[in-house]
Amino acid sequence: MKVELKDISKRFGNVHANDRVSLTVEAGTIHGLLGENGAGKSTLVKVLSGFISRDSGAVLLDGKSVEIKTPADAIARKIGMLHQDPLDFPPLSVLDNFIVGKTGTGLIDRQRSLRQLQQLSTHFNFNLNHYETVANLTVGERQQLEILRLLSLGVSTLILDEPTTGISASQKTALFKAMKQLASEGKSIIFVSHKLEDVEELCDRVTVLRHGKVRGRAEIPCPDAVLIDLMFGRELAPPLKPQTRQSEPALQLEKIRVDTDRLTLRLGDLTAYKGEVIGLAGLEGSGQQQLLLMCAGLLRASTGQIRVNGVEMTHESYSKYLDRGIGYLPADRLKDGLVSGLSIQDHVALRTPSRSLFVDWKETLKQTVQAIATFNIRGKPNTLVERLSGGNQQRTQLALLPVPLNLLLMEHPTRGLDIESVLWVWQQLIARCQTGTTILFMSSDLDEIMRYSDRVIVFSGGQASHPIAVSDLTADRLGQMIGGRLSDTLEPSVIS
Amino acid sequence: MDIAQITPILATAIATSTPLVFACLGETIAERAGVINLSAEGTILLGAMTSFAIAKTLEGSGTVPSLLAGFAGAAVVGAAIALIVALGTLTLKQSQVAIGFVLALLGASLSSFLGNSFVRIPGPTVPSFKIPGLQNLPLLGNLLFQSDLLVYLSYAAIALVWVYFYRTRAGLMLRAIGEQPNAAFARGTNVVKMRYIYTLIGGAMMGIAGAAFSLDFKAGWSHMHTAGYGWIALAIVIFGGWNPLRVALSCYLFGILQSLASVAQSSIPAIPSQVFNVAPFMLMILLLVLTSSEWVERVLKLLPSPLDRTASELIRSAPPAALGKVFEQD
Amino acid sequence: MTKRIFYYQLASIALAIVFITAIILVVGASPPSVITAMWSGAFGTVGQFARVIATLAPLLLCASGLLFTFTAGLYNLGIEGQIAFGAIVSTLAIRLTQDSLPPALVIVLAILMGGVGGTLWGLLAGVLNVYGRINEIFSGLGLNFVADGLALYLIFGPWKREGVASMSGTEQFPESLWLPTFGNTDASPIALLIAIAAVAITLIILRGTYFGLRLRAVGQNLRASYVLGIPSIRQLLSAFAICGGFAGIAGALQVLAVFHRLIPNISSGLGYLALLVAMLVGLNAWFILPVAFFFSALNIGSLQLPLDLDLESSLAGVIQGTLVLFVLLARGVSESLRKPSTTPLHKGY
Repeated sequence: MKVELKDISKRFGNVHANDRVSLTVEAGTIHGLLGENGAGKSTLVKVLSGFISRDSGAVLLDGKSVEIKTPADAIARKIGMLHQDPLDFPPLSVLDNFIVGKTGTGLIDRQRSLRQLQQLSTHFNFNLNHYETVANLTVGERQQLEILRLLSLGVSTLILDEPTTGISASQKTALFKAMKQLASEGKSIIFVSHKLEDVEELCDRVTVLRHGKVRGRAEIPCPDAVLIDLMFGRELAPPLKPQTRQSEPALQLEKIRVDTDRLTLRLGDLTAYKGEVIGLAGLEGSGQQQLLLMCAGLLRASTGQIRVNGVEMTHESYSKYLDRGIGYLPADRLKDGLVSGLSIQDHVALRTPSRSLFVDWKETLKQTVQAIATFNIRGKPNTLVERLSGGNQQRTQLALLPVPLNLLLMEHPTRGLDIESVLWVWQQLIARCQTGTTILFMSSDLDEIMRYSDRVIVFSGGQASHPIAVSDLTADRLGQMIGGRLSDTLEPSVIS
Repeated sequence: MDIAQITPILATAIATSTPLVFACLGETIAERAGVINLSAEGTILLGAMTSFAIAKTLEGSGTVPSLLAGFAGAAVVGAAIALIVALGTLTLKQSQVAIGFVLALLGASLSSFLGNSFVRIPGPTVPSFKIPGLQNLPLLGNLLFQSDLLVYLSYAAIALVWVYFYRTRAGLMLRAIGEQPNAAFARGTNVVKMRYIYTLIGGAMMGIAGAAFSLDFKAGWSHMHTAGYGWIALAIVIFGGWNPLRVALSCYLFGILQSLASVAQSSIPAIPSQVFNVAPFMLMILLLVLTSSEWVERVLKLLPSPLDRTASELIRSAPPAALGKVFEQD
Repeated sequence: MTKRIFYYQLASIALAIVFITAIILVVGASPPSVITAMWSGAFGTVGQFARVIATLAPLLLCASGLLFTFTAGLYNLGIEGQIAFGAIVSTLAIRLTQDSLPPALVIVLAILMGGVGGTLWGLLAGVLNVYGRINEIFSGLGLNFVADGLALYLIFGPWKREGVASMSGTEQFPESLWLPTFGNTDASPIALLIAIAAVAITLIILRGTYFGLRLRAVGQNLRASYVLGIPSIRQLLSAFAICGGFAGIAGALQVLAVFHRLIPNISSGLGYLALLVAMLVGLNAWFILPVAFFFSALNIGSLQLPLDLDLESSLAGVIQGTLVLFVLLARGVSESLRKPSTTPLHKGY
């Protein structure tokens, strides 16, 4: 089935997630949708699969305009989507997961479904235990199951959203083989990815998105340099940050390994110096967040040691981390950082070290008014934090950081902020660095990383590069590393 | 005690657990779809009162029609309360606990206030009906097939719910909705609508449970006639691991505890009889608290692994993952 | 914004009144005569008004305690058991000391021990919740059954009255151990003072102290408060303990001021009624006084209904439940109208 998306636009608040994006996928081809995190790829495919309603534009299947408002509509149009996080039912068995949502007789004919599942598994050489509980499966196996299920529904358009994140090499090989086989059977496949090598290996054609717009299209094979140009732009922003780095080490990590459900982060050794800013680049979910949480004392390392300003912190409690002047700014400000329902003033009081039983509201008010002035927050002391704009929430979070601040860990410090706020926030942060604060921050905005970092660490699939001085970075090199080619350009840092 | 003595105790236990079976199955259905209907106490009371009032009023038109009307009325009342739960929590997104709890109290008060003129008067009751043939089966006949239609219906209900959950497509989707509503939505289901339907069905069954009390197993009506049974029903659903079969068995376990209490009452005069009336409730809840805490898991981990697995499958199970949570469609 | 919520609340109360009127009409009574009967039942004589006050005291105590658990985001359905266990421990204290200590001291001790008992019972639910991961609703309900069972056992077993044990409770305590009352009525000034002190303490703690502020933060967002450095487990357990303590004192007052003995079901549903009060009040703690007073008046006033109109006194529960239900629903309506569906930015695009 030929799939055409024409001039799709979608806004979330003041962000243009898709700005007149068009995409044509011929039947029997694999079409890559390439772009950084936040480029608008997921929005576009979710419009096609009925999860998001578009603001304007048209969807055409085999030349005919169709309305897809819900996932049910998409299924009826034979469009299936494999989500980045498998949308399945962990407590149910593989076979039951395969059956959920399929139409048919009222009573389930498990034998028949089993035969169908077996047949499909054999066809694609997938090896699934049909009675195993899905919770015990790897992400790769859950994907395989989901693909088989979509095929059994008879989909003729298959969308894969970042399918190679979190699966093993052999699972990836099997996946790609299956995709090629499906394309040769006449299905149209949309492959969403930010990984150059995957796109080059699998796709016939590629469309590159950046900041919600189509930046270009290319036939594969296509030189890396061309794709990287399209993805990241030709020019990287020049570094803006003045020299604030001192010679004393502030954060010292040794042989760190962090295990979480989805990812093992192998970091090896790392030293960050006082006043230094280290940018953590990479696709979301490559291990940056684990590093930040671990340094903040919110996630335990499985092995290794962490020292801050020479003090051993490995086994200390989170409150000790706070006492040592370690601050953490989460990306999801209203979920992890600020408490909805409480005002700015309440937050200021919460962060005031309390010797007394009673809150001195007069004094707190004074501090709050001062903080609001210093941090240029557009809000009153009694404004509830959820009523503040994103920028002002971030300013509030900054106002709440401990003083003195030895180490600051930030996730997407300026996400969703207007340009003025971005400049202002970084001005404040650099002022902190001048007093010796060390900053580690992750961002999917490469310009931000280039502008404000002293050194950059690139993450990919739980591995991290050596820190690279920004002056040594080029767009090409950074793009390739982010796209998963850490080892082409750099020895990955000590893999324990 | 020999078999001849135990069988009647068990038979009584099974029969008297029948209303609870209906209530717990109803609650299981709603909770499996992700909705805690905490109003059980009020729903059962109001169902009991309504059905008795209807049956009593219509007594003149014959026992069977009046009983049928009574049961139907109780089902409607139960579904109506469930509709408020669904409206308040699914559409208006208020806390399931808050809405359910208020309805539990409100239902109880309403039953007392509206049922005042029906207190302690005789009314129609479900006649006993022994199943020809089956009643003469050795052991099982005495145990299972010498009561009335309602008991046999409860057997059917258990089987039906079990088959629905585990053998039908709709039942599979019902379980899916309670686990991962987002994924169910992705597979083309209208999650909110299905939750409405299952909450209403569950509520209707709880209403019927009330009728089963007042028209059969605790015939008649008095103030707070079925007090405590709604709360215990909520506990039994957890104890039964949201599995209709285990839930039903838990109901029978509760019935056996009650029978034993009444037997023990006569043999242990040192303990006052009033204690025996509440003892089953206490024991049931204690069992629940013990088996559902994390400590059990830790203790089970000490067992050799095959044993541990069987044991934990027997006494433990996780609640539906989305139970009590608001479903937000992106 | 708040003005609109206010109009929704008014509309919901109007609807609740319509519903209640309909219920009254269903049983064939006339609403005006019901109002008259209830009014005279609550305020007709000094004695009746005193009973309103006597009910108000434990209700205020429990509702104050529940404000702590609500603020922490918990539904403490175990409050009935906390009242009962407080009453049991309080009775135990009286039984142990009444022969050896002066009455005044016994009374003080009994009240304190009631508080201790309630605190323990509340903490038990809290520990099961925090460390056993058992939902506080079910641990609470379970502990209610256990406390009731324990009271029954004591009344019919070890503490039974000389001769026949009965549902009327243990042997009555000597009058020297009764809390003094206003004249010859049921209302005890000491109980009322304790209750008002509890309300005041609650307001001060929740509004004015770091503890109250942290409790609010924990109740709103456990994760973010942890990130902000608040010891959340300690906060949750404290909320259970304080609520249990207040409920336990209410239990002690039921023993000392109302029944003068331990009876089965000594909480008389006051804990659940207090839950309704706390739900209705929401976070506007000031409203606790008028709402609790109104609910007490309903409870006492409704006792007149069987006498005057041959109606059940549970109309009080109907009115209370209906009001709370409609207010909750109205809250839902105004919230769902206010929030147009927006996809948050951080969900990825």
